[in-house]
This record gives sequence, structure tokens and C-alpha cells, in this order.
Amino acid sequence: MIAVDNLSVGAGTFRLDGITFEIPSGRYGVLMGQTGCGKTTILETICGLKSAHGGRIRLMGRDVTQAKPAERNIGFVPQDGALFYTMSVRQNLGFALHMRRWPAEEARRRVDELSELLHITHLLDRAPHGLSGGEKQRVSLGRALAFHPDILCLDEPLSALDDDTREAMIRLLKEVQRKTGVTALHITHNRLEAEKLADNLLSLDQGRLKVLECLKQA
Amino acid sequence: MTSEPSPAQDSSHASPSSPQDPWVSRPHQVGSDAPFYLGMGILFGAYVLLILAMMLADLFFTSRSEIVKALGSKEIQFSIWLSLKSCTLTTVLSLWVAVPTGYLMSRYRFPGRALVDALLDIPIVLPPLVIGLSLLILFHLPLWEKGRVTGTDGQEVILYHKLNDMVPVAYTKAAVILSQFMVACAFAVRTMRATFDQINPRGEQVALTLGCSRSQAFWNVVLPEARRGVLTAATLAWARSMGEFGPILIFAGATRLKTEVLPTTVFLEMSVGNIQAALAVSLLMVAAAVAVLVLVRLWGRVGELAGPRVV
Repeated sequence: MIAVDNLSVGAGTFRLDGITFEIPSGRYGVLMGQTGCGKTTILETICGLKSAHGGRIRLMGRDVTQAKPAERNIGFVPQDGALFYTMSVRQNLGFALHMRRWPAEEARRRVDELSELLHITHLLDRAPHGLSGGEKQRVSLGRALAFHPDILCLDEPLSALDDDTREAMIRLLKEVQRKTGVTALHITHNRLEAEKLADNLLSLDQGRLKVLECLKQA
Repeated sequence: MTSEPSPAQDSSHASPSSPQDPWVSRPHQVGSDAPFYLGMGILFGAYVLLILAMMLADLFFTSRSEIVKALGSKEIQFSIWLSLKSCTLTTVLSLWVAVPTGYLMSRYRFPGRALVDALLDIPIVLPPLVIGLSLLILFHLPLWEKGRVTGTDGQEVILYHKLNDMVPVAYTKAAVILSQFMVACAFAVRTMRATFDQINPRGEQVALTLGCSRSQAFWNVVLPEARRGVLTAATLAWARSMGEFGPILIFAGATRLKTEVLPTTVFLEMSVGNIQAALAVSLLMVAAAVAVLVLVRLWGRVGELAGPRVV
């Protein structure tokens, strides 16, 4: 569960106050809003990359408002994938496991499992340079899911993809979320994408956050 | 066309242009690109030729026997070794300082940042002699009173503690390295800062969410991506310190077999009219600089082709 209570966030002169919403466990939440409305700032604050000016963030019942990003158990997929370009795809996927000192055999098994889930087995020994936009995003998704995070945060992951690849990624995201049961928060400015993905749809408009609809009942 | 109307006289100027308007219907032509390329080419060629001519003139003016003779001199051998050792040490020290400095300046905003930024450029813009003089003054600045003595003329003289009493650096090999470091490091800092500016901070942010501490994200993600910048900074620092002369002359002196580096040798040999020895040493410096440039480029290329490690 992602529970955001009266959160205040800001960057420079930009400020958003009174952000309150909740995404129940195992649901796919989508936060919609125009470019520059502060969606990314909210997501970064939930991930711990920006500090909250006020309010509370609880993840799976635990208050993480002051916790370091590494301690929040969140998988983060940024807009451009932000892969580690000095590592192979396999190393990208296994990075979080390496940091958590997983035994090599366990880590290899997990990387194989993820690469099958995301259909990137053939890319494992490639360098990220030269991968297509869709392939990069699948690797980025796999890297974020590797350590079995409670929460998955996606920052406009489909915005740079062509229509066909976007459709395929939407199907993949739904499938992955169903199989892993991870609680997702996905931000986008694309209404169609939002409606296709969302269990819970939120909208941020002129600093006000509205719960648009709960498309499916938990 | 003999009576072409000017746009100002044209009554239809304010209304949307029609294809009959001579300004619209006239085909647009551009001149030849040849003068552009010619102008650029001449300037570019002249500079490259000048560099080449300089090197060739040096080569033709000396002979192999002069170079061998110069290399056989005990003083010159000493200065070669001191130059190689001091430049390498300066490069390592510069990287140790430049990597964190460049990273902090690139990633963090803090009060007085613009001032610090300007301060970091001072060694680049100051005349090298002034850097040497400033170092000399810093190490000999009276700090606090050590004692008083009465001179032969009966006048009381106050003695002061100086930085150089505690850390005796001036006119030693350490002064050579510090003089080189003050300039070389500034160039390395500039290079590292530009390198970190070009690296997307998203990568290290992702690393933080994947379980890294700041330090782990830096060593595992940021620094490997900055590898080429580190190599460039090292080359620049090495080359700068190899050519450093002004601050060394003032702060370390030009004592043979003690603080003599290659530029000092050129200066000392020139000052006694031994132009052949000066030239031989100059060519040696050219060869060393070219060798380092080539090696570093090759090293960077090999690393790139080898690709990343695979678990």
C-alpha cells in the first residue's frame, strides 16, 4: 500500500501542498497530469530522492518519510530507463542483488527468471548501447523488479516509445503486475495509457489532486 | 526585370502575399560554399602547418649525437627522472582532489557556490610566476611570535614562526610537486566538472533506490561512467605539470641535481648559451608528451572495445 498524507513537496520556487492519496496493496495506480504540474516531484519524494517539506509517506504500513531511498524497498523506472551504460544487460538486472550480497547462484536464477518474464533473454550479454527504446524500458523494469520490491514507481516509462511498442509495453506491465502482485504507481500525461493501465486513477491539476475513479474494485 | 517594386512601395504589402508578388515568385539562390570552406581551410591549415614546422625545425636543427650527449649528462638524467616522478605524483594528487571537487561542484547547489567556482579558476587565469610567488609568500608569512633577539646593532628583532618552519617545503622537491599541482589540479577540476555535468544524475538516483548508499552509487555507477573524463583529466594534469616552469623557478628554485626539472634544464642550458642541449631536452619533452597522449588514447580505446565485464 502507498499512503501519502498531506504531503508538501517542492523544487526551487515550485511548491505543492496537501497531497493526499492511497493506492491499496497489489493495485496499479496511475497519476495523471500535464507536463510540469509536479507529478515527477511527487514520485521522487515517494522514492526518497527529494525530501518532503511536510506530511507523511507510508509504504506497506511503514512510515518512510525520513528513510533513505535504499531502505524504502521501491523499484524505480525512470522516463529514459537510465540504464547503467558501463554494465551489460545481465549486470543491470543483477545490480540490486549484487548490492544486497545475494549468493551468485541465487542472483543468476533471479536474473534468468526476470529475463524470461520480460522477454529479454536474448539481450542478456549485450551492452545497453544500441538497445531500442522498448528494450531499454524492459531492462529498466527488470532491474527495478529484481529484488522483489513492495512498490514499483514508474516515471512516464512509455512516453518515448512508438505506438506499437507502447501497446506491447502496456500489456507487459499489466502481466508483470498480475504475476508479481507489486503495488505500482505510474505517472503519465497520456490519458489513454492511464485508462488502460489504472486500477486507481488520480489526476493532478493546478496543484490539486483528484481521485478520478476507481476503475476496478479491489 | 527593370522596374521591380520595393516592398515598402508595394500597396499589397500588408495583405497576404500572392504568387504574383515579385518578392515571393523570385527563386531563392544562395552563393557558392567554396569561400566558406576556403577561409576555414586556410586558417586551419596554417595553424596545423605551423605546429608541424616548429617540430620539424627542432628536429633538423639538432643531431642524434647531440641528443645522446645531452642524455649522457648526469644533470639532465636527474632532471628527466625528477620530471617523470613529480609529474606522475602530481597527476595522482590532482585526480584525488579533482574527482570529488568536480563531483561536488557539478551535483550540489550551496551558498557561495559561484564564488567557489571563480576561486577554482584562479590558478588557470593567474600568471604562473604569480602562483610561485604566492606560494613562497604563503610559506614564509609571519604567523606568531617565536622569540626576540638583540641584533649586533643593539636593535631588538622579533622572530616569527612560519609555515615553512613546520612544513619545510620551499626550495625542495616537494615544492616542485606543489607548484605543479597548483596549476595542474585546476585543469583536472575543470575537466572532471564538465565530465560529471554530462553524466545524467538519474543513473545514480536509480542506484540509490536499488540499495546503494551515496558512496556505493558513486563508486559503482558514476565513476565508471566518468572513466574517459578521468583519463582526459590525468593526461591534462600530466602534460601541464611536465611543462610547468614559472612557479617552480620561484618556489622551488633552479638548483642542479636538487630541484631541476626538464623546463628548468632548458632554461639553464639556454642561459649559458648551450642551445643544443636545450634543444635535445625540448625534443625529449615533446616525445614524452606525444607518448603519453598516444598511450592514454589507446588505453581509452582498448577499454571501450573490450566492453563491460559480464558476470
